[in-house]
Amino acid sequence: MATADARQRGALPNPDVATYEAVNRDVLKVLSRPGKGWWVLFAMAAAGVAVFLGSWFYQIYQGIGVSGLNAPVGWGVYITTFVFWVGIAHSGTLISAILFLFRAPWRQAIYRASEAMTVFAVMTAGLFPLIHVGRVWHAYWLIPYPNSRFLWPNFRSPLVWDVFAITTYFTVSAVFFYLGTIPDLAAARDQARGLRKKFYQVISLGWRGTDREWHHFSKAYIYLAALATPLVLSVHSVVSWDFAMAIVPGWHTTIFAPYFVAGAIFSGVALVITLAVPMRKYFGLEDYLTVKHFEAMAKLCLLTSSIVLYAYMTEYFLAWYSGEPPERGSFWNRVFGHYWWANWIMLTCNGLVPLMLWFKRVRRSIAALFVISIFINIGMWFERYVIIVTSLSHEYEPWAWGLYRPSYVEMGILLGSFAWFGFWFLLFTRLLPPVAIAEMKEVVPPPMSSRKEAAT
Amino acid sequence: MIMPRRRQGHRGFFALFEHLDSTIEACKALRAAGHKGFRAYAPLPEHHLLEEGLALKHSPVRVFTLAGAMTGAATGFAFTTWTSMDWPLVTGGKPVFSIPAYVVIAFELAILFGALSTVIGLFINAGLPNLRRMVAYHPECSNGSFGVYITAPPAQAEAVKRILSGFDPAELREDPEGFDV
Repeated sequence: MATADARQRGALPNPDVATYEAVNRDVLKVLSRPGKGWWVLFAMAAAGVAVFLGSWFYQIYQGIGVSGLNAPVGWGVYITTFVFWVGIAHSGTLISAILFLFRAPWRQAIYRASEAMTVFAVMTAGLFPLIHVGRVWHAYWLIPYPNSRFLWPNFRSPLVWDVFAITTYFTVSAVFFYLGTIPDLAAARDQARGLRKKFYQVISLGWRGTDREWHHFSKAYIYLAALATPLVLSVHSVVSWDFAMAIVPGWHTTIFAPYFVAGAIFSGVALVITLAVPMRKYFGLEDYLTVKHFEAMAKLCLLTSSIVLYAYMTEYFLAWYSGEPPERGSFWNRVFGHYWWANWIMLTCNGLVPLMLWFKRVRRSIAALFVISIFINIGMWFERYVIIVTSLSHEYEPWAWGLYRPSYVEMGILLGSFAWFGFWFLLFTRLLPPVAIAEMKEVVPPPMSSRKEAAT
Repeated sequence: MIMPRRRQGHRGFFALFEHLDSTIEACKALRAAGHKGFRAYAPLPEHHLLEEGLALKHSPVRVFTLAGAMTGAATGFAFTTWTSMDWPLVTGGKPVFSIPAYVVIAFELAILFGALSTVIGLFINAGLPNLRRMVAYHPECSNGSFGVYITAPPAQAEAVKRILSGFDPAELREDPEGFDV
């Protein structure tokens, strides 16, 4: 009965998992044994976090001068990395909210991990404005409140919009993530013992899976998804307006919002692949994250890569067609100027390498996808670097042109941010069920009494 | 731990079912016998159980979502307008009340307030967080089984027990005292 309906809804029963009990067993097993590999990775992440904090404290102690930021390039690696991590965050909400509303049958297995990725990526991104402003003890000035002369911040500034967009995004994605885990935390509670049981007892909020709870929960989940969907599209649009609202050649264009959103989803899905491949292998989740899931994500990458490539071409065309010398000069400088290599890394990784995804054999090869996804991650970081640094280094007046070179402190913070992200992600895989248990059961055939099975 | 609420003079029955269809049928039979206010337990949001078995319809959570989102949008517009009118200063040649710019703030606050009030609505309606001691519960209900918990006055207890055992429960637990869950 329910199985037939599930098929009609488009939610294909997962062929590799047979029973509800198997879902609990396989997913909760991940929480129970850390293993040597996990500890090695965790130690590496912790060391990276030390580098991150060490570099940051050094910068706080010495002043922002230890970074390579100067006139004319006042936004460098920090803002590049900020935009990169905000972009990474987007695929999580895409998979958990947008694909939920579209009833995509493959999201159940992957969405918990990608949603966790969203929360940790926004947590990472949120640090970069604080790092970038230098005097971090004044970071609370970002909060919109009046100064001592009772003058309020300028709400026409995209930087103020950004504060609203990022804090809203972090709050809503964290709430959405936590709410989705509550039934699974209850499942973990029911199987755990000792201290762990206490922990899950508290954070599962006494969930029992009653009809009353599920009824309101599933409704609330739909409304949250419906709110998160426009939110995710708005956040990267607002981030893109940080640039597009300025009159810098190379930034001041209306294509930026959709271009950034597509790029964000592109990079985010790529990072989901990068993380899901080792997770599946290491935790023995091959029956859950199947080749079908990876192929679906590869198609999403292919689509967004095409949009991004199209946006690159549009930018070049419009720079030429505008007839504006500074605009033309800026784009000529991107391709053949001092930062030519960054631009070509971007075009190769984001435009050329993903073309391989047109082949079904590549889309179905997990090893190939893993490699391609790393190329995309690199390419998408360089995309933001190209947009930010080359545009600022080559504005209107030739005497005001200048170059930027990231310092070691900036590189330390950049690499450390990956460790910071990995640190939280590793903790997540040990403490929270990394695959959504309750939602997985929706694509597993429900247990029916034999009487009924004979009838259908 | 807070003690659970008791239903004075009632007896409680907890039936654990291994099959979805027998749970749905049991709920239907209980409703047909005129019982209300019993609880069904499931390891997943099973729509057939909620809609066929228990005939649950709309959830008031949506009112919370709408009210929250509208409050957020109104707050966003009011906040930006009031602060710019507070010291009207033309900057960048833009109007003091710049609607397109303020739409961004209003939009973000509409989402933020809408999401937070949805959560509040869920917590109020679903009775979360539930800090009471878990009495009418079976840990299998988060694994692969379904459950039904019902309380009945002693006069009806035997009838309820007969209905529940008619659907082949894996376990039928009887509490001398019923709980309000």
